[in-house]
Amino acid sequence: MQTRPMRWLCRNIVVIAGVLALGYLILPNLVVLAFSFNKPKGRFNYTWNHFSTDAWQHPCGVADMCGSLTLSLRLAVYATLGATVLGTMTAFALARYRFRGRAATNLLIFLPMAMPEVVMGASLGTLFLNMRIRFGFWTILIAHIMFCMSFVVVAVKARIMSMDPRLEQAAQDLYATPAQTFLRITLPLAAPGIAAGALLSFALSFDDYIITSFNAGSTVTFPMFVWGSAQRGTPVQVNVIGTAMFAVAVLLVVAGQLVGGRRRGARS
Amino acid sequence: MSAATAQAAGPPPTAPGPGTAQAAPRRTAGRRRLTPYLLLLAGVAWLLVFFVAPMVYQASTSVQTGSLDKGFKVTWHVATYWDALREYWPHFLRSLLYSGIATAACLAIGYPLAYMIAFRAGRWRNVVLVLVIAPFFTSFLIRTLAWETILADQGPVVRFLNRVHVLDVTAWLHVTQGDRVLATPLAVVCGLTYNFLPFMILPLYTSLERIDGKLHEAAGDLYATPFTTFRKVTFPLSLPGVVAGTLLTFIPASGDYINAELLGSTNQKMIGNVIQSQFLRVLDYPTAAALSFILMAAILAIVTVYIRRAGTEELV
Amino acid sequence: MTTAPTAEPGDAVRLTGLSRTYGSFTAVHPLDLAVPAGSFFALLGASGCGKTTTLRMIAGLEEPTTGTVALGGRDVTALPPYKRPVNTVFQNYALFPHLDIHENVAFGLRRRGIKSVAKQVAEMLELVQLGGLARRKPHQLSGGQQQRVAVARALINKPEVLLLDEPLGALDLKLRRQMQLELKRIQTEVGITFIHVTHDQEEAMTMADTVAVMNAGRVEQLGAPADLYENPGSTFVANFLGTSNLIEAEVTGTSGGDIQLVAAGQRLTLPAARCAAEVAAGGRVLAGIRPEKVALTHRDDEDSVAEGRNRVPGRIVDSSYIGVSTQYVIDSPVCPELEVFVPNVERDGRLVPGAPVVLHWNPAHTFGLDAAQDIDAGIDADAEEAAA
Repeated sequence: MQTRPMRWLCRNIVVIAGVLALGYLILPNLVVLAFSFNKPKGRFNYTWNHFSTDAWQHPCGVADMCGSLTLSLRLAVYATLGATVLGTMTAFALARYRFRGRAATNLLIFLPMAMPEVVMGASLGTLFLNMRIRFGFWTILIAHIMFCMSFVVVAVKARIMSMDPRLEQAAQDLYATPAQTFLRITLPLAAPGIAAGALLSFALSFDDYIITSFNAGSTVTFPMFVWGSAQRGTPVQVNVIGTAMFAVAVLLVVAGQLVGGRRRGARS
Repeated sequence: MSAATAQAAGPPPTAPGPGTAQAAPRRTAGRRRLTPYLLLLAGVAWLLVFFVAPMVYQASTSVQTGSLDKGFKVTWHVATYWDALREYWPHFLRSLLYSGIATAACLAIGYPLAYMIAFRAGRWRNVVLVLVIAPFFTSFLIRTLAWETILADQGPVVRFLNRVHVLDVTAWLHVTQGDRVLATPLAVVCGLTYNFLPFMILPLYTSLERIDGKLHEAAGDLYATPFTTFRKVTFPLSLPGVVAGTLLTFIPASGDYINAELLGSTNQKMIGNVIQSQFLRVLDYPTAAALSFILMAAILAIVTVYIRRAGTEELV
Repeated sequence: MTTAPTAEPGDAVRLTGLSRTYGSFTAVHPLDLAVPAGSFFALLGASGCGKTTTLRMIAGLEEPTTGTVALGGRDVTALPPYKRPVNTVFQNYALFPHLDIHENVAFGLRRRGIKSVAKQVAEMLELVQLGGLARRKPHQLSGGQQQRVAVARALINKPEVLLLDEPLGALDLKLRRQMQLELKRIQTEVGITFIHVTHDQEEAMTMADTVAVMNAGRVEQLGAPADLYENPGSTFVANFLGTSNLIEAEVTGTSGGDIQLVAAGQRLTLPAARCAAEVAAGGRVLAGIRPEKVALTHRDDEDSVAEGRNRVPGRIVDSSYIGVSTQYVIDSPVCPELEVFVPNVERDGRLVPGAPVVLHWNPAHTFGLDAAQDIDAGIDADAEEAAA
């Protein structure tokens, strides 16, 4: 005989498991949030001491941290621009044209996503080293554009392939030249895909540690700063930045969802 | 299109009448044929120069000998591979084992969540999706460091696990040591699982979301219990997501060294750690290159076998 | 079988030797066609018959393999779609999802550099009875409303020819009927030449002045709807346009304006003027009769049938009552499945499955077709469409 609570449990087991999984995903962010208000006893911010808003009041109170943060942001902006432009053009070629070498190009786009970062980072680092190119901002940027591009291609390609080709034909039928058709119809319709690819690029570039570590030389990006500080004792300000990033990310995703929701609705 | 009907139409096409003119030559035929290549030029060039060329160069580096001072020369010293493998085989094994277990754990944890978002979340769907995606946009190093706090030796989690004797069981299984979780295989796998969970959930969700909810009703109507419905309908339909998710988790996890570095001890070092230290600290580039290639080959072999078995080759 | 292109200045569209092949598959065989200005012209056929390809070649969305397209006497074959004075109402409408109704309708005007479009757009939306919805997005509209927007978006440009590609295919039956009349009204109002592609024979016959029946990349027959229905020129047209009973018969001779036939011992008369095939005594011909033109009498009352009518004996196999009429399937020596539609005026209670009957009709309603054709051509064409 099944009792009522047992039946309820059976019916909602998936939801319970899902919520637990969600908790697992969110827990570290909550810890980061909580410890951003900590005033640690020693150098290590691992155990709770007592509440303080010092770190929030002086987010740049740690030497070099905000410098590395701006560097990472700058890198992410440039990498996003580069990867989005290159990736979008590639995606259009792959989605809209049949040409010799298309399969090979698809493979070339897929490979960076199927390659462990440590392999890509080490390879590119070796090349720069042997070409005697000085490591720094530009080498990092080159690496970031390289590994972000594939993700943009995938996002934009999927979007273009799902677009009704008749919309562009309708535009041409209504006296729009190929250039006007592209600007007025194709680009606005592909925009959500391009935006998704750009957002992903930004996140990947901003967050990357592994590939960057092989191509940075003595330049310190924010993830590299965090990595370095982990050995010496992480300042509370790192938690502040982490929490702020989480908040901005949530806002961005929510905004994206709102816009995307309207767009999705618009795609009948 | 019924080509058959068309061909059964009898008499062959009559020759075009006298009024027929040849269609005007394609106005922009030449330009159109060039367009895709022009669009591709920059992107493909970038990948060729900064992705393919380094790989090729790496291949040559792996058979070089020399030192940093005197420079490296290609000597076809294949023994580097052999030496690397002999010295670091435990790291390889550990990498594949840890990432394999983490991938399985991601599937086990991620599937219910993806399923919940797709079918049971209702109006909370977007909220939950945001919560899954948002951590992805936060520095993963910071989040991994948070695990250090969570699993700290005197932290509430470890104390609780100790009290209910879970740690005794895990210690007996050799995945933890004493009353510590940090610096054990459990912590590393736990970190890997956490880090790559979104990579599992998103493809799973995408493939589950496409499944028409009416299929569940249809299966129920045809005498399938909820469990049978899942086994015979839902899961097979979500297989593309499962394959994509496991690959997106396994490949980066096997090359990862952040979790082993931050959450493990020297006994949990993975192959990524070795490559990194050979490259950045020991400065033994041939060994680093050889290790990279062995890792790549191993992953390629595993992925190929896996895709064959899973029967889905449309991943790109 | 196609009309020869006469050099009339009144032709809105003239296709000359127009064809399209894809690899080894010929979608459209060289085609000559003239569409008079101001007419409502329908291209009717099953899916894959080449009607949409033909339409797209007129619009410029498809490159012809051979031949030319002339609009109002001007050769436009080499012009891209955006330079042709034609507009298309697409299948599934292809409304721009990111633009509102106003901007969708104004799109063509704006592309041609017209700045003040508000008044024209408002008028056009009035014409299609969508005033007040200008600021909605396409997805907020019902199927019927979207269809009207698609028509308005094309018509506002005052094209020389409006092309409609299965414009009503996505609507349900009732709405489709309503929109058929609506489109007909609009066409009369604006006086623009309409070329309408459809697989629905009823739709083509309701709306068009002239129907071209296409099959396997060729025009089988062209004419006014009533003419096509009454005098089909091939088994395909006879079967695709409504239903026909086709009886294979032998020619015994001619007398006056009539051809004498015999089928399974039954003597039939066919007016020579309504026979599309060359006949000679001893040759074979298909005698056709539409189901609604046949009367049904119980065998017991055979004597009451007037002299001089074509008559065929048979037995009722099946009957279905569909309100306006009762449809019978009759097994007869001349043909195993004859269909008869009897209006429900005075029903004879004896006409039930199994009953012996006599089918009879006025010989003037018989039409003759070449017996060398596939007798079933066009029967399943519509079913294929539904399955596609």
